[in-house]
Amino acid sequence: MLAIAVACAIARPPDARAFCGFYVGKADSNLFNHASQVVMVRNGDKTVLSLMNDYQGEPTDFALVIPVPEVLQKEQIHIGNREIFKKLDEYSSPRLVEYFDPDPCEVMRPMAAAPMMEMSARGTGYGVTRAEKRSYGVTIEAQYTVGEYDIVILSAKQSDGLETWLQENGYKIPLGAHRALEPYIRQDMKFFVAKVNLKEHQASGLDYLRPIQFAFQSPKFMLPIRLGMINAQGPQDLVVYALTENGRVETTNYRTEKIPTGENLPEYVQPKFQDFYKAMFKKQVDDNAMKAVFTEYVWNMGWCDPCAGPPLSREELKSLGVFWLDEPQAGPNAMLYRGPAFGGGQMPVTLTRLHVRYSADTFPEDLAFQVTADKENYQARYVLQHPWKGSPEACSAAGNYFKQVRERESREAQTLAGLTGWDLGGIMKNVGLTEVPSQKQWWKGLWD
Amino acid sequence: MCARFFSVERPYSWKLPAAFGDPRIFQILFLGILLAAGAWLRDFSLSTAQIILTFTAAITAQGFSFGLRPEAPRSYRSAIITALSLTLLLRADNLWVHPMAASAAILSKSLIRPRAKHLFNPATFGVMFAMLLLPGAWVSPGQWGQDVALAGWMIALGAFVATRARRADISWSFLAFYVGALALRVPYLGQRWAVLEHQLLNGALLLFAFFMISDPMTSPNHARARAIHAALVAAIAFTWQFGFYAHNGMLWALFLTAPMVPMWDALWPAPKYQWTKLGKQVGGNHEQGEAEVMDSDARDSGGVRDRAAA
Repeated sequence: MLAIAVACAIARPPDARAFCGFYVGKADSNLFNHASQVVMVRNGDKTVLSLMNDYQGEPTDFALVIPVPEVLQKEQIHIGNREIFKKLDEYSSPRLVEYFDPDPCEVMRPMAAAPMMEMSARGTGYGVTRAEKRSYGVTIEAQYTVGEYDIVILSAKQSDGLETWLQENGYKIPLGAHRALEPYIRQDMKFFVAKVNLKEHQASGLDYLRPIQFAFQSPKFMLPIRLGMINAQGPQDLVVYALTENGRVETTNYRTEKIPTGENLPEYVQPKFQDFYKAMFKKQVDDNAMKAVFTEYVWNMGWCDPCAGPPLSREELKSLGVFWLDEPQAGPNAMLYRGPAFGGGQMPVTLTRLHVRYSADTFPEDLAFQVTADKENYQARYVLQHPWKGSPEACSAAGNYFKQVRERESREAQTLAGLTGWDLGGIMKNVGLTEVPSQKQWWKGLWD
Repeated sequence: MCARFFSVERPYSWKLPAAFGDPRIFQILFLGILLAAGAWLRDFSLSTAQIILTFTAAITAQGFSFGLRPEAPRSYRSAIITALSLTLLLRADNLWVHPMAASAAILSKSLIRPRAKHLFNPATFGVMFAMLLLPGAWVSPGQWGQDVALAGWMIALGAFVATRARRADISWSFLAFYVGALALRVPYLGQRWAVLEHQLLNGALLLFAFFMISDPMTSPNHARARAIHAALVAAIAFTWQFGFYAHNGMLWALFLTAPMVPMWDALWPAPKYQWTKLGKQVGGNHEQGEAEVMDSDARDSGGVRDRAAA
């Protein structure tokens, strides 16, 4: 207990092995089924989107339809690297850290380290369909082959015309899709439609589809999630990584909440940390009637503490579309940015990781975002506090110490039950405590 | 037995304390409840220190303002409402944004007074001052969530406060114009009606309608001018939000249209609003009204006189 405060105070330098707690595990996005991942790079009215999918079916059946505010030129479209998504996911995952109680019989002593764990990342695609050509008030504004994708940019006058066009051109879109397409046509948006070019796909030698990236300029800072709901079965998860120059990103038309963090958990949670996080996330979603967006991480891209994965390099950030890294820095923070790129330096890039579970009923509108002026770092971080492995008879202080450990374990059990909705009795058993404290009524024994 | 407990006869007549004649007391209660709910039930990302500093700065600035305008009534109620409004709206990643915004808001009442009436609703001024000039300040339009219960409470309590106010007309006309525009947009875009419901069940809209635009100290004195003002604010807010895809349309609209209020007052003269002691004032004691932050107001004869003028 005391050790935490001391460790944090001493361990200032940003070295992954020397922090306020050692990183022992993470809960990354491959935990969640039906999870799409999107990287949104935003600065001023310029946006670069990278869409990641873990599409498992036949490449011929793959299709993507996404509204875009303008007709994109070929140079505005790019094929990304799946590994960078993985890195970004690892870097920003909710994390578990651990501390070790010092020997109560001695004065403070430094702690020992714990091994790291390796995880991977995945996600699903967006809307679904596939293509060829003809009219119905639909205009093919542009047509490109980029990487393994054949891309057409469409504009349409009527949503039913667009629906028919897509169906006749081989895109398997669900009947009634025009209702979801209509609002975008009315707002004069274009449609970015991609399918797999089999020849290119085979030539790439990859057994998966790489992320599609595109850049555009528009005051709209939003993600069209409604389109993906047409053929969705049940709730979907979306992880958004927003990269900005200056501050945290939040949704403006839904509540953005920070996931509970900094809580002490019982030791036995360590091997099942991912189950814990899944249960906690579900409880948060339920408590908010599936109407909120959750922040899992906000940090300057230059460092981390503790690190669940290394920060992205300049080159990796640039490949995601962070276009302002080479621009000369001005303003009050100019000096800061010249610091060492990693391992302690600041970067002119803030990463916000948002996690949302949505359904058609609870999210009637597309997600709209804003970049706030908030520069405060935040991370979903959970703490294991290992008791000292000694004997209660070791010294006079030890007996008292173990009494405190019991109390602490009981508190941790209650925290865990509160966060996950798991049964407190079961948790107490796992912790090795018999009495569930809340079960003792105050009036028991009153008149004994 | 029961009769004893639930006796119909009252041993004494139930009467509100005299202070309740001032609608600001209700506003303070309402905004206080809202702040408490927001801070505890919703993650309002607001620190206790920020709240304390906001109140301290607002009250200190108000005390200082008494020196600037000795003729003004010595009341801290308006300053408290401003402080509550700022803590409800403004967010910052540091401790000094809130007190700076609160001081600027209160001082604006004494310093920016064309036609002997302060120009800006103090909370609006404070928020805009912070967003435009102070680093690390922002407004979270989505912080309220769409919780039906919360919105229901806001409507219920907001209406409660507003119906006591003779100048609630501006709240209703603003809502009519703005919600009307939202309602037209839904079928135009071919969206589902759930979208409108989602947009209406928003704490920010109700807070703005019942506590900001309805501020009787900064809205036009004449009823006709208030209707025009409400339409203009609604039009700008809507265009800001859905034409330019920018945020906080309502706050910007109120801020940008405030300088037109003196023009409306000159065009259609009517007595200025008074917070308290209605019915006892004669003619236009144009200095007696006090500066306010968000909101609406009261059963005062100023309002009655407005009607007559209209």
